[in-house]
Amino acid sequence: MMVFATLTIILVLLLIIASIIYKGLPALSWDMISQTPKGGYYFGKGGGILNAIIGSVYLSFGATFLALIVGLPVALYMNVFLVKHKKTVHALRFILDILWGIPSIVYGALGFIFMIWLGLKTSLLAGIITVTILIIPIMIRSMDEALKFVPRGLFESALSLGSTRSEISFKVFLRQCIPGIITAILLSFGRAIGDAAAVLFTTGYTDNIQGSLSHPAATLPLAIFFQLGSPVPEVKERAYASAMVLIMIILIISIAARIFSQKYYKDKIKF
Amino acid sequence: MKYINRHWKDKANSTWMLVCTGIIIVLPFVLIIGLYLKSALLFEKCSFIDLIFSKEWKPWENKFGFAPFIICSLWVSILALLLSAPVCLLTAIYLTHYAKSRVLKIMQPVIDILAGIPSVIYGVWGILVIVPFVAKLGNFFGIHTTGYTILSGALVLSVMIIPFILNVLIEILRTIPEELSEASLSLGATKWETIKYVIIKKAFTGIISAFGLGLSRAFGETIAVLMVVGNVVKIPQGVFDAGYPLPALIANNYGEMLSIPMYDSALMMAALILLVIVILFNTASRMYIYRLEKYR
Repeated sequence: MMVFATLTIILVLLLIIASIIYKGLPALSWDMISQTPKGGYYFGKGGGILNAIIGSVYLSFGATFLALIVGLPVALYMNVFLVKHKKTVHALRFILDILWGIPSIVYGALGFIFMIWLGLKTSLLAGIITVTILIIPIMIRSMDEALKFVPRGLFESALSLGSTRSEISFKVFLRQCIPGIITAILLSFGRAIGDAAAVLFTTGYTDNIQGSLSHPAATLPLAIFFQLGSPVPEVKERAYASAMVLIMIILIISIAARIFSQKYYKDKIKF
Repeated sequence: MKYINRHWKDKANSTWMLVCTGIIIVLPFVLIIGLYLKSALLFEKCSFIDLIFSKEWKPWENKFGFAPFIICSLWVSILALLLSAPVCLLTAIYLTHYAKSRVLKIMQPVIDILAGIPSVIYGVWGILVIVPFVAKLGNFFGIHTTGYTILSGALVLSVMIIPFILNVLIEILRTIPEELSEASLSLGATKWETIKYVIIKKAFTGIISAFGLGLSRAFGETIAVLMVVGNVVKIPQGVFDAGYPLPALIANNYGEMLSIPMYDSALMMAALILLVIVILFNTASRMYIYRLEKYR
């Protein structure tokens, strides 16, 4: 019975991937991923989804980078500066867990409010900021999970050798936890590239390849969503093909995260 | 000189870190206040109780009743939880108490990948597999349906929340001290009896909290549900009815909402309701989990 339940989960995952590949592979062609939509694309004429792939990559890189700038210090601060204040750390973890649980559509709505408030139009920048806010809690919590297991003795010996706390953060803790941190970054990147609800309000959609931060950008999840809503069968097939592209990106990221974390594991000081 | 240099570096770094931490602490309050300010317009016009319990959704006549959406969201999420809870619990018990560590090594990536698949992909999968399946199932029971129903939404959601519930459950079952099950086994209880009367009993609040987290995750899920649930505004009568959950309402109408201020504020209020419900669920569940971890 329990084995059966476990097998069900594995089977469901295989079923998802298999059904997407089964439907997506016949519709996938080189044109699909190397061209932008041409005139009449949404009625079944030629073109591809390069605009969405590029837009998604820009968006996720931007958001992951911004989230790293804000997130890494917080994760280090929690584990290096606040070692004595256990209660504060617990409260912070609590807040982050709550933020992690907030649905992305709410972040999307908030991003929309700020966009209107600042007088911006739907643009890549607004999308990047919204997605950054969305992935910050995920990134910090995953880094925190890695940093939390750095032994106290390492912290104390670095301190007794005369290093300042920020030196401990960046030269000891960061080094020690590189695999965990890379995994956290890749995890957030995957979340950023796959999220549709947060970019729905803020990033807009365009058929052109991204030129500047203040223009709307196409994203892969929205491309799938819009194409699937079309009544034309060819366009629907393309939606399946786009879904396959997206799932491949996610799988590659997931495998890369595993390889990285094993490769850098060797550099760790062991106790 | 060297010392001063290092000292300033440290100061600059720690200030930067403190500012970032401050941003994180302020963020939830910004979320709530921002959404509240936007929906204040609606609060002035209608009373809160009316909005929640009214069944009339006619934005053009300024009638905003959230009842159909909230009830539909509850249907979908609770149904999803009922479907995935037994599977998750059994798997978690199997992985923590029966399986060899090799099996766990296989399962970990499976769980991670399930958690990493974007919701749009789940939506596509739902349309490809679940919707035709539900349509057939409906015909089998003699109900005519297109397949775009609450049940389809719940089925897709039940798969989506598996990784979240499973991860928390595994963590919780690991916090149960080994001595407890050893004591039970030494008294002559079988392994299954030990699990049933000792481990499940000890972890009961934790298991409920894990389900609570899964429920709140299901409640907020947007795109995947929106794609399969049918989007018809009415209070659902059965699982083969189409529905219109709260997040789908926000996502579907963002384009029109700018034209009418009241509509705009109604949608923001929908987001606020969603936020408050999710935060309440999350807080309650996390509280229990933290308490459990403290006794470890």
